[in-house]
Amino acid sequence: MNGNFIWLAIGQIFDPTVAAYALATIGLVIHFGFTGLLNFGQAGFMAVGGYAFAITSVIYSWPLWGSFLAAIVAATIFALILGIPTLRLRADYLSIVTIAAAEIIRLSVKTPEFSDVTGGSEGINGAARAFNAVNPLPEGRFGLMGTPLVYNQDQWWIRIVGWGLVALACLLVFLLMRSPWGRVIMGIREDEDAVRSLGKNVFSYKIQALILGGVLGGLAGVVFILPRSLQPDNYGTQLTFFLYTIMLLGGAATVFGPVVGSIIFWVTLSLTDGLLSLGIEAGVLPLTTTQTGPIRFIIVGVALMLLVIFRPQGIFGKKKDLHFA
Amino acid sequence: MPEKTLVSDITDDVIVPGVKKKDPIVVAHAVSRRFGGLTAVDVAHLEIPRGSITALIGPNGAGKTTFFNLLTGFDKPNTGNWTFKGKSLAGVPAFKVSRMGMVRTFQLTKALSGMTVLENMRLGATKQGGENIFVSLFKPLWKAKEDEITERAMQLLAKFKLDTKKDDYASSLSGGQKKLLEMARALMSSPELVMLDEPMAGVNPALTQSLLGHIVNLKDEGMTVLFVEHDMHMVNTIADWVIVMAEGKVVAEGPPSTVMSDPAVIDAYLGAHHATDLGTIEGQLEVAEEMQSDLIRNEVEQDAEAAGIAVPGHESAPTADAPSTPVDTEEKK
Repeated sequence: MNGNFIWLAIGQIFDPTVAAYALATIGLVIHFGFTGLLNFGQAGFMAVGGYAFAITSVIYSWPLWGSFLAAIVAATIFALILGIPTLRLRADYLSIVTIAAAEIIRLSVKTPEFSDVTGGSEGINGAARAFNAVNPLPEGRFGLMGTPLVYNQDQWWIRIVGWGLVALACLLVFLLMRSPWGRVIMGIREDEDAVRSLGKNVFSYKIQALILGGVLGGLAGVVFILPRSLQPDNYGTQLTFFLYTIMLLGGAATVFGPVVGSIIFWVTLSLTDGLLSLGIEAGVLPLTTTQTGPIRFIIVGVALMLLVIFRPQGIFGKKKDLHFA
Repeated sequence: MPEKTLVSDITDDVIVPGVKKKDPIVVAHAVSRRFGGLTAVDVAHLEIPRGSITALIGPNGAGKTTFFNLLTGFDKPNTGNWTFKGKSLAGVPAFKVSRMGMVRTFQLTKALSGMTVLENMRLGATKQGGENIFVSLFKPLWKAKEDEITERAMQLLAKFKLDTKKDDYASSLSGGQKKLLEMARALMSSPELVMLDEPMAGVNPALTQSLLGHIVNLKDEGMTVLFVEHDMHMVNTIADWVIVMAEGKVVAEGPPSTVMSDPAVIDAYLGAHHATDLGTIEGQLEVAEEMQSDLIRNEVEQDAEAAGIAVPGHESAPTADAPSTPVDTEEKK
């Protein structure tokens, strides 16, 4: 073991997985931070997007744009199915339905009956083939030579597209939230009935917000599977709560909070992993290497508790925007 | 004293509950709402006169707020139909009712506390194209309308003396200021009928005075006002017409002076001493006299003497009560 882990931690800043988490969290920020929708099934939206992309591109060999479109359409349909029956009811109903629906998705795709299409519990491999085929970068390895920050052309391609999508999503949220549409959305977060009494179709706005955040979740699912294979068990409730952690880290009603939160979350995990391994190797820490995994999350959990106690608005948030405390 | 609409301008018929109005803006017929076994609202027929100030009074639990909710689409009645400007509102959702020009406020103020005062006001505006998700992305498409809305918002805020607070969060306003903000926000859409649910509750006397002025101004600007209120002085001062509800039914209506002396209304709601100020010795004595309670009267008189206040009617009282009263009180002690 050497100082390499610091480079690995720095590498997290550009990592496509971090981009995927940031993108999904931007969706969650639209839901929870701006509209006040308690969506506990963002992992479900990611799964729906990821599966729609992988199935259409691997099993049915659709062109790349078709697969992207499929992910967007699937997330939209998922949002409509969840939203239409619940958004007329009190806020808690959406949270119950979304957490259940995300689990239903994860368990359904694992059933052997669907394994021709979904790959069962094996998941789907090779979803990135069509994506890498349109890679305009020349073949080779680039980066900071002599460090682990060297990637091949495909690794660069997914990093560029993933973070490009994050940048676009940030721009979209920024434009929306400074507009009259964003004003209605934030009004709904504060008090639905008041907004209704002012002549706004609250239900329609909530559906729009749910779809928008859900589509970002679906695209995050695509970015998530491109550098790896599609595994159904990656989409458990744990994923949703990681996204909530990231959101609270960065600030729930902010544009750049999810990006910074995601980077901090992953860099912290990576750094603590390296530091713990270093300590174990030197014999300083009375732990085994298998214990480092869970301990990292304990550290993240404690950090989150401290954050919520001492800076509940997150890193970027303004105290006055804190609607949930 | 604001100028009141004459009764003869409101109706020509004999005044009974459900009387026909010359020019009604809202007509409700056979509207009822049940919560399980409880009938919260059961209004046989009711018309709200256009261009005037109508007060809706009644004891707690009379169904006033429920009736408000039914009229504005926030709740659905079990039976009945009702119209606004001649158009049926049955099954019309709340936001459409508001767009038709019937805007309400809430008993428990609903200021959007996480937004600034100015944003609250802007939200009240209608016909802002930028509220469409696709239009909203392109600022030039909604900028002009936004400037127009902001100008109107600032005018209204100035009227309600909130213009210096425009950049403050609504949560930082006092209770009374939130009431003002809610009312101002409702006016952003230039409604035809403003429905105020207890606009004066928890507002200090000075602010009440200015709120009264604002409500009378609404009428002068041609709007119709319907409000729920418990403060009888206020109802007396500004209302042209009073509707009394009890146990979900309309038990009386008419001009304030007539309604306040109606025995049914006194029984159901006002109480015999509604005009008496119980904060003064004189007021307490009056009530004591009515109740024919010598005990209370004696105690009040003693208090008054101790405080050195001349008790009205004190001279005549001892002759009649002298033999019996002291005995009574001593026995009780």
